[in-house]
Amino acid sequence: MFEIDFWQNVWITISRNKWRSLFTAFGVFWGIFMLVVLVGFGSGISRSMMEQVGHISANSSFLFSSRTTEACKGFNKGRYWELSLDDMNAVIEQFPSLIYVSGIIFGGSSEHNTAREDKQGTFQVMGFSPNYNKINPSRILEGRFINELDILEHRKVCIVGKKVKNDLYSPDEQILGSLLRVNGIYYNVVGVMEEYSSNVNLFGNTSETIVVPFSTLQITQNFGKNLHCIAITAGDKVDIHKLEDEVKTLLKERNMISPTDPEGVEAFNLATVFNTFRSLLVGIGILVWFVGLGTLFAGVVGVSNIMLITVRERTQEIGILRALGASPGAIIRQIMCESVTITFLAGIVGILCGVGLLSFFENIFSAGDNPMMKNFQISFSTAIVSLLILMVCGLLSGLLPSSRAIKIKAIEALRDE
Amino acid sequence: MIQLTNIHKTYYTGAPLHVLKGIDLTIEKGEFVSIMGASGSGKSTLLNILGMLDTYDKGTYLLDGRLITEMNETKAARLRNQYIGFVFQSFNLINFKTALENVALPLYYRGIGRKERNRTALEYLDKLDLRDWANHMPNELSGGQKQRIAIARALIAKPHVVLADEPTGALDSVTSQEVINILRSINAEGLTVIVVTHAAEISAQTDKIIHLKDGMISEIISNK
Repeated sequence: MFEIDFWQNVWITISRNKWRSLFTAFGVFWGIFMLVVLVGFGSGISRSMMEQVGHISANSSFLFSSRTTEACKGFNKGRYWELSLDDMNAVIEQFPSLIYVSGIIFGGSSEHNTAREDKQGTFQVMGFSPNYNKINPSRILEGRFINELDILEHRKVCIVGKKVKNDLYSPDEQILGSLLRVNGIYYNVVGVMEEYSSNVNLFGNTSETIVVPFSTLQITQNFGKNLHCIAITAGDKVDIHKLEDEVKTLLKERNMISPTDPEGVEAFNLATVFNTFRSLLVGIGILVWFVGLGTLFAGVVGVSNIMLITVRERTQEIGILRALGASPGAIIRQIMCESVTITFLAGIVGILCGVGLLSFFENIFSAGDNPMMKNFQISFSTAIVSLLILMVCGLLSGLLPSSRAIKIKAIEALRDE
Repeated sequence: MIQLTNIHKTYYTGAPLHVLKGIDLTIEKGEFVSIMGASGSGKSTLLNILGMLDTYDKGTYLLDGRLITEMNETKAARLRNQYIGFVFQSFNLINFKTALENVALPLYYRGIGRKERNRTALEYLDKLDLRDWANHMPNELSGGQKQRIAIARALIAKPHVVLADEPTGALDSVTSQEVINILRSINAEGLTVIVVTHAAEISAQTDKIIHLKDGMISEIISNK
């Protein structure tokens, strides 16, 4: 098998009908090429999508108040109520399995609500707890995020988005420590932030947001003890859905809402969203392999088909070899090696072209700044797996033709007159 | 060398065709035998059975004292390679291999190394006056040359028996005579040679003529 003559034979048979071999090889080439490109794009998109949402604590829920739909304890149904700081503290106390809790206040974004010297702009104002930057983090470019002292002392400090800085400050200006008027109140700027991903936003675009301590916003905007939303994050091993229900029950109890009321407390669960998202990505992955392998399989069927024809054409030759003492094993080896060689050569070229195309696109897209279109090159292990698939495919495609070949009886082959 | 006892063979393609109806035949070592018969007399079938290219239904076939019976293809291939040298009417050379490679083929399937193979092949080509044609393709050779290549190929594995199926069927009378002369000289070296033919002038030059008729041996004529 490792003789020159053997491989010479293989090569002669393949090259005897160049065009046919070429077209056959093209089927396999196209199959593996599609597989590599699809897997590359698919996993690239998955990877960059995961990267975008990767900073968010997925095991989180956002709780809101809403109108009740059942009468309770003398209150009519349809009552509107509001979450309060006491509710949040009760939640923190009752549920030690929560790792992060944050109060959220919407400070609004009225026209030209922000001003500094002669410049002004319209930006969203949000009141958060320090832990909010753990639940849905932003990248801190300068200074810091809110801390506990800010909350306790109701400090008038703010963290501004990158666009706020760019719009209201000149590039060489020192922004930290400067004063910024937001909704009529002057705040001390203590930090600058930007979003990790421009494609994932929970409460508006971070770059165009001004974050202040929620306690400060409660006072300056006359919200009293009210909170608009409570964000909770549980440890990875905790079932957030179950916990969310328990928190809801607590909040209903504290605010005199019927325990059976389907509304009253609304929750927006990130875990649900994330799971949907994940299964979407898994779905993409499965689809990609399915289509890719399907195309490859079609190519393999092509090789098998052509090899069958070749065997038929070579009936006489195979008959002669049998008469001269070629064992069935020798014939099988010969046919198998021909199939594997065609598949393998075509496959290698296909993988190379696929990888080439991927890196070509990567070069083009990495020049732009759309993070959705980066790093979709296939990994080395994927390439190895593709190679193994190819080997198996080659063997598969040789199976039928070689079993047909050994059925050729020498006498039939030689009886040509 | 060859001992056939009551060999029967029936083909079952469509209507059963009883081709050989009890052949009893003994061929001694070193004999030069021809088998004659009209087409359909069963001579090709007999040759195929002798060459282990086909099986028989009933009877016994002893080749060099060894019972040739139902066996797997791998074993049959090895025995063929070891015992039998084939020469065919249409030469049956592999047309994408050179004369040398064609001659060396049986040694390849015996697992002999390339160098030794080619050396031996060249030796046999030389014996048949074809040394200068060693690197030519079969389609560059005349019919007589092709048949000589085929004979060299049949001899290289040092078989016990050479089976020639209409070896001169595709050749003109002069070349036919050449081929017969070669076969005779092979025989003179001690090899058993069996020729299937329907040409009387060929069989007339062999030592023993076996006439087949309707699957039976009708007569055996000794020519010596």
